[in-house]
Amino acid sequence: MTLDQDLVRHLSEVSVSVELQTPEMTLNIGPQHPSTHGVLRLVARVDGERAYDVRPVIGYMHRGYEKLAEVRNYPQITTIVNRIDWVAGYANEIPFITAAEKLMELEVPPRALWIRLILTEMARMASHLIFMASYPLELGAQTPLFFALRERERVLDLLEGVTGGRFHPNFNRIGGVKPAYGSGSKTRKLVQDLPKTFYEETRRAMDEVLHACDQLEDLVAGNEIILARTKGIGVLPPEVAVAYGVTGPNLRASGVPFDLRKVENYLPYDQFDFQVITTQNGDCWDRWWCRLQEIRESAKIVQQAIDSIPSGPIQAKVPKVIKVPKGETYVRAENPKGEMGYYLVSEGGQGPYRLKIRSASFSNISVLPWILEGVLVPDIIAIMGSLDFVLGDVDR
Amino acid sequence: MSLIADIMANFWLGLIIKLLIVALLVPVIGMIIGFAEMKLSAKMQNRVGPYYAGGRWGWAQLIADGLKFFQKEDVIPADADRQVFKLAPALVLAATVALVVVIPFGPDMAFRNLELGLFYALAISSLSTIGVLVAGWSSANKYSLIGSLRAAGQLIAYELPLVLSVVGVVILAGTMNLDGIVQAQIASGIPYVVPQFVGFVVFFIAALAELSRIPFDMPVAESELVMGYMTEYTGFRFLFFYLAEFVNMFTMSAIAATLFLGGYHFPGLSGDLATVLGPVVLIAKSFLLVFMMLWFRWTFPRFREDQLQSMAWKVLVPVALANIAVTAILKVVI
Repeated sequence: MTLDQDLVRHLSEVSVSVELQTPEMTLNIGPQHPSTHGVLRLVARVDGERAYDVRPVIGYMHRGYEKLAEVRNYPQITTIVNRIDWVAGYANEIPFITAAEKLMELEVPPRALWIRLILTEMARMASHLIFMASYPLELGAQTPLFFALRERERVLDLLEGVTGGRFHPNFNRIGGVKPAYGSGSKTRKLVQDLPKTFYEETRRAMDEVLHACDQLEDLVAGNEIILARTKGIGVLPPEVAVAYGVTGPNLRASGVPFDLRKVENYLPYDQFDFQVITTQNGDCWDRWWCRLQEIRESAKIVQQAIDSIPSGPIQAKVPKVIKVPKGETYVRAENPKGEMGYYLVSEGGQGPYRLKIRSASFSNISVLPWILEGVLVPDIIAIMGSLDFVLGDVDR
Repeated sequence: MSLIADIMANFWLGLIIKLLIVALLVPVIGMIIGFAEMKLSAKMQNRVGPYYAGGRWGWAQLIADGLKFFQKEDVIPADADRQVFKLAPALVLAATVALVVVIPFGPDMAFRNLELGLFYALAISSLSTIGVLVAGWSSANKYSLIGSLRAAGQLIAYELPLVLSVVGVVILAGTMNLDGIVQAQIASGIPYVVPQFVGFVVFFIAALAELSRIPFDMPVAESELVMGYMTEYTGFRFLFFYLAEFVNMFTMSAIAATLFLGGYHFPGLSGDLATVLGPVVLIAKSFLLVFMMLWFRWTFPRFREDQLQSMAWKVLVPVALANIAVTAILKVVI
């Protein structure tokens, strides 16, 4: 049998000129997905394992808190703001209460401020310890979860002892903090403001948390695979971070020493000796490292505060029905996730006329399309996890 | 002894008994390893683990889990390729069972003592990946597809170091018969893990990758791909994958124990006692390796797919090749 030479030549040319076409596909990560921390949805164009045009879709968790705040009075709103960033519920109350107090020009007793500060730092530890637990899990290591959650339990126990609530304490009152009453007492007599054993237990718990930080460092930082997975991944340059409004540990990991605890005076942080942790690379590893160091700094702040807490009343004199005078104010605070601010507009009523909530996670995840451009699918999870957001804080 | 030999001499009767043993062995080993995984992980994480099922230590947890799987609805996605979807778990489990067949549990005590046993084992061990690929493709789910393609990529990358790492053993033993390799180790007096330590390490790493265990569990990677190729499987089909994973851990460990740790031989045992205790010794040695796999599972995070590939091609393959060259030279010189 003889072959047609032209046909052979033709066929060989065809086979050379035809390239293997691999069509891209759209990968829909979430809203129900193990590592989107709730109901974040990412729509990515995936070519093999590389993702392009990653678009976050938010709003699945929207609960309309800004609108709800308009039809509630001030004491009721603290229950709502607890639920914004639920892993650090207590810290959300502070800027809101401070905003209302600022408009009322109230002088809050120092002991109340100290209690607020101690509990805020505990909330920060609780939030960062959740990150310490969940981040290695996203990289596939499951054991650090239990080490970090064990420490978080200690912190939450303390919070519960003081406030009665683990996640949603609702502990702040305008002009101070909630007084504790003796149980079963008909006269509702004030018996104590902090539990009797609080100081002793807190000192012990802080030592244990600091010890656990060393353990976590050994367990995670000593692991070659975690270093290989996080170093140089998801680099966020400082100018990009600032342009997108990224705040908190994510910003400080990029080398910008911006910490509202040093800038604003919503709580007496100027009385305490602590460092603003910054790192230079802005990659996933630095964000992890920054948060670990912040747990240590928080523990140190709490230790100092326990030793220096002043005595005195925990509640300023306020009228029975709280009305905030007409005016506008913006109070921002350094929450575990970053800058949290409340823009409060009052028309003189029992509730705000308008309350704009600036939450940290919302701004932090706005950088996702930039930072996830052209990364591998496993790195999407690694980067997303390292930004440490909470969907309640994104959608409000 | 002679009675057993008489029964085994009858082909059909022997076959039925062998089949029964395999059919019992596979789920029992799967359950033991599954239970060990639960309890050991709990131990490593300051937990208790299963506690209530069965009264003490939660020993019946795996039985309860197994029964639970049979109660589940058998969901097949609307877009799935139904026949292939149903075939995949069976394919994976069949490859697993086929691997059990050649493991020598004692002197001349393999279910089938093949002359090219090692060759057969290595060939069959990669068959289950085809089942995985089929499962991912037929599920009509993008996570499954990515997971199964990762599994295929992993197979291509790690099949080579796996095969190359045992060549040293074959050179030393001069046979590919698994029983023969054990006999050669007994004759030489030391298990091959000593002269072939590099080969053992490469084999173990490659086996981990082949089994998709952490740190190489990208095909299932819960945090990325939900459940990888298993995402769409429910009920007993899902159980098949799980059982296959646990039994595969055992068979790979048993082959590693046979090749490198002296198999069923325990120093000082000989004669009938060695024959009777052979399976116990082999299973103990395999469970030692299984324990290491579980230990890794609960300690390490997972690699990224490209890191896995570069590790296979840039580290394991050259190391395995160098090991072969050195072994061959030493074999000729000494």
